Amino acid sequence: MKAKGYFGRIKDTCVTVFEGMAVTFSYLVRKPSTVQYPDRMPMRVQDTLPFRYRGILEVDLEICTGCLACERACPIDCIVIDAAKDKARGMIMTRFDIDMAKCMYCGLCSEPCPTGAIHHTPEFEGADYSLESLVRRFVHDPVVCYKPKKAGEDDPTILPLLERGMRYVDEFATPETKKAAAPEQPA
Amino acid sequence: MQEFLDSLIAQGYFGSLPHTLVYAAGMLVFGLVVVFGFVLIVAGLTTWVERRVWARLQGRVGPNRVGPQGLLQWLADGVKCIMKEDVVPAAADARLFKLAPYVVVVGFLLAFVVVPFGSRPIIADLNVGILYLTAVTSLVVVGILIAGWASNNKWSMIGGIRAAAQIVSYEIPTSLSIMPIVLLTGTLSMQGIIAQQGWAPQDWFIFHNPFTFVAFFILYTSALAEGNRTPFDLPEAESELVAGFVTEYTGVRYLMFFLVEWGNLYVIGAIVTTLFLGGWQIPPITDNAVLRILLEFLTFFVKAYFWALVAMWVRGTLPRVRVDQLMAICWKYLTPIAFVNLLGTAVWITVWPQGNQVARYLMTLLGLALIVLFFRRVRFHLQRARIRERGQLSLNPLV
Repeated sequence: MKAKGYFGRIKDTCVTVFEGMAVTFSYLVRKPSTVQYPDRMPMRVQDTLPFRYRGILEVDLEICTGCLACERACPIDCIVIDAAKDKARGMIMTRFDIDMAKCMYCGLCSEPCPTGAIHHTPEFEGADYSLESLVRRFVHDPVVCYKPKKAGEDDPTILPLLERGMRYVDEFATPETKKAAAPEQPA
Repeated sequence: MQEFLDSLIAQGYFGSLPHTLVYAAGMLVFGLVVVFGFVLIVAGLTTWVERRVWARLQGRVGPNRVGPQGLLQWLADGVKCIMKEDVVPAAADARLFKLAPYVVVVGFLLAFVVVPFGSRPIIADLNVGILYLTAVTSLVVVGILIAGWASNNKWSMIGGIRAAAQIVSYEIPTSLSIMPIVLLTGTLSMQGIIAQQGWAPQDWFIFHNPFTFVAFFILYTSALAEGNRTPFDLPEAESELVAGFVTEYTGVRYLMFFLVEWGNLYVIGAIVTTLFLGGWQIPPITDNAVLRILLEFLTFFVKAYFWALVAMWVRGTLPRVRVDQLMAICWKYLTPIAFVNLLGTAVWITVWPQGNQVARYLMTLLGLALIVLFFRRVRFHLQRARIRERGQLSLNPLV
């Protein structure tokens, strides 16, 4: 490239600044690409996430069988369950804690769950003021564990939970290739 | 203001008070009105405007939460800064450290003595107005240098020294670009300079001849450099010097430096408007004195603030120059060209003592052509990015 003389440089400066100002001016009439999270969105971000998005863990105690499969599956022991057999009422659960500060969102706990009671939610806003408050305690008073019925579930309060849980588990079990062929279900 | 006070004295409002006392009190009152009713508000709002404009240039939204569209952001920032602890570093020269912001603010506020607000409202129409303006704005550099030195911090020091070198250097093209106008008008008074221009663009000094046209841009560029504005904001270059001379400052003192930085934008606009863009001149459309003063104020303000907006826009466009480039721009380019402008204008008024009407119209057409060309380029860039087709066009400035 030929070296520019004194006047060549002056001309270059004027032309490039002029052009650069035109480029930036054009941005004044473009829509900003900012997403005004969280309060000025057309819909909550959580609602736009897929059904099996791995957010904060949640347990539906109504359908938890107390089998401890999730506690065993957890590679970092962030789930603690205390459950004991009671002669009259079946399994009694006195404690179900998940330490979300430890949880690494691997999803291994929700895979072996027979009813889909433990599952990830699309909720991801986990900020809190202390580590202790990140421990989610699901059992406050001892509860009787869920016992699957041979004839199929008929309790209208439990049925939708169970259906949702089974769908969650099924989606784990379905291989990727099959799932792509299956019609997409709304989240 | 003086004639207003004179008329009051003539009507016997002040009895036998010495006139100097009346003048001093009048200036003080009017000065306070200007500072608190205008300068602080304009400087404060400019912070918000700048952040919004800058954000839009970068495809962001900018502060829009405090008050309607974030209009009160500057108040929130101000309150926050006032409530901060006033830290004076242990190793700093405490007395000078505390003094520096006041020197800067005084240098900045003194400029408003001669900045006109209309044909009548001006604190003092000094007969050496523009010379006074270049003199007092240099006081800012003293304050910055004190701040840099007294902080006892290497970044502050380098920032202060850079500011000194930069402002002293850029004084020269600034003054040399003011000189052609002084040659044309034969006066240094701000109101005198404006009075010799007209409301129509071809009567403005920017379009008087090709030399003043170039002088306008040189003055604007070097005024930006004097105000430590991007692309010449080396004294506070964040990437190299933390925050330059304000590194050690907190709270109100920190606020003062930024008051000056943003208030200076308006002063820059006011200077170029006065010298080159016809000041407060309005077409003879009304005889109502009050309405006229209001319209004049509005005209002047819009013109001056437009150039403040351009400064923000430049800040969003151009990268910061290096120190050697800064000096090269000043000494190799702006200063020689400013000299050529001065000589050229001198020759021009020798040949055409009353100015050349044809040249005025030609220069006005050139200015118009540049604006048209500019918007064609803007349209070209919008079309190339297929903004309209993608529904990305947004003419609403308040998203």
